[in-house]
Amino acid sequence: MSLLTPNPGLIFWMLVVFLLVVFILAKFAWKPIIKGLKDRENEIQGALDLAEKTRAEMIQLKSDNEKLIAEANAVRDQILREAKDAADRTIAESKDKAAVEAQKMIENAQAAIRNEQQLAVSKIRKEVATLSLEIAEKVLQRELKDKEAQENLIAELASSARLN
Amino acid sequence: MYIYIKRFFAVALVATTCLFSVPASADEPTQHEHEKVTESINEEEHKIEHKLEESEAKFDIGSMIMHHIADSHEWEITHGVVIPLPVILYSADRGLEVFSSSNFHNEHHEYNGYHLVHGDSEQIVPVDESRKIYDFSITKNVASMLISAVILILVFTSIARFYKNNKNKAPKGFQSAMEVIILFIRDEVVKPNVGPKYEKYLPYLLTLFFFILINNIMGLLPGSANLTGNIAVTMTLAVLTFIIVHLNANGHYYKHLVKPTGVPVPLLLIMIPVEIVGVFMKPFSLMVRLFANITAGHIILLSLFGLIFIFQSFVIAPVISLFALFLNFIEIMVAFIQAFIFTLLSSMYIGSAIEEHSHADHGH
Repeated sequence: MSLLTPNPGLIFWMLVVFLLVVFILAKFAWKPIIKGLKDRENEIQGALDLAEKTRAEMIQLKSDNEKLIAEANAVRDQILREAKDAADRTIAESKDKAAVEAQKMIENAQAAIRNEQQLAVSKIRKEVATLSLEIAEKVLQRELKDKEAQENLIAELASSARLN
Repeated sequence: MYIYIKRFFAVALVATTCLFSVPASADEPTQHEHEKVTESINEEEHKIEHKLEESEAKFDIGSMIMHHIADSHEWEITHGVVIPLPVILYSADRGLEVFSSSNFHNEHHEYNGYHLVHGDSEQIVPVDESRKIYDFSITKNVASMLISAVILILVFTSIARFYKNNKNKAPKGFQSAMEVIILFIRDEVVKPNVGPKYEKYLPYLLTLFFFILINNIMGLLPGSANLTGNIAVTMTLAVLTFIIVHLNANGHYYKHLVKPTGVPVPLLLIMIPVEIVGVFMKPFSLMVRLFANITAGHIILLSLFGLIFIFQSFVIAPVISLFALFLNFIEIMVAFIQAFIFTLLSSMYIGSAIEEHSHADHGH
């Protein structure tokens, strides 16, 4: 049957035309088309990658910010706490110091008072002793002259001594 | 095909007028006239029979279909509108001869010592039978193929220009329509079947797909050539695939032919011939599949149209037209499917021939 017998002329033309089409299309059509498709795919992939990277960076940045804020807060709290502590300490120290000072002043005052007292007492003792001696001298002198006069003297001395 | 309609109406008209005139003349009373009338009736009947026979001989659906499917030296777009095509002949004694096929339009279909034989398909034979000629004529199929080649080149180079001009931009218009198909062939057909070295074979396979597709679709147009339903064309394509497969096949592929793995030695007697037959069956099946599918589609469509001219009924014609319309849609689908299958199988054959096998898998 003629339908099933290939015609050599047609085979020849088919070979020539088809191979020409293959070569022309391969060179002038498929090469730029496939290159264009590939470039675009790469471009899209690159853009997607970049977006992914940017998103990751954003997340990183956000967490960094949060960390910074948390750190700042912590530092602030610490500073406040420290300041408070320092203030408290200063107050306490001043209180202590004041107390100590006061105590010292009191002690000093007491010591001075005691010294004065002792000084006064010893002065009085000396005074009393001198007076006594003087009295005794005078008594002795008067006794030697007059008994009555001596007694008056003593009484007189005694009263003057109390006035002193 | 218009001429068939005209011819059939004419024959039908003659037949009916004759049939109606028969009973009218039979009513004649006289004996003598009666004989004359019967004679004339017989004569008329003979005429009718002769005309019917003639008409049957004229509308032979088989030869009509064959005429439409087969190649021709001229392009008959419709009856009466014929484009003559160049006839190119080569013979050892006369060298190259080029003349128009319209030169055969004479009583004997003869020109310059060549005779155009109308059989199932046309053939040019020399009148002097001792001469041997080679026919390289631009036949209807070759002309159609040249047109399809020009269309393919124009379409895809213009699309390539789009890619150059709109670099890394979204595809537009026709470019995006073609891009879908190109990407489908690349990503769904070639890449998975050929393997990692697919880019080397991509231009051939893409051209193969679009060449078959455009010729399948062009073949469906009225008055067009039946290129992909021609065995010479499908054979050439199948042989090209066969050559590409066997030029690029690796050692493993050839080794597998003579020593299939995992086959006991006595079975090799059967297996080796089977493998070798398999090698040739692959392109053969490619060739026959495309040829048979497209030719069968054309035969079905032409048979349906032929039915219209056989029945000549206003009731049947629309029904058949609807059928033909439906089948035309199926044929458009077949045009895509056959182009796809040819490309798919070609990539599978290439892929199986260049596939790398790790030696551990086979124990040799």
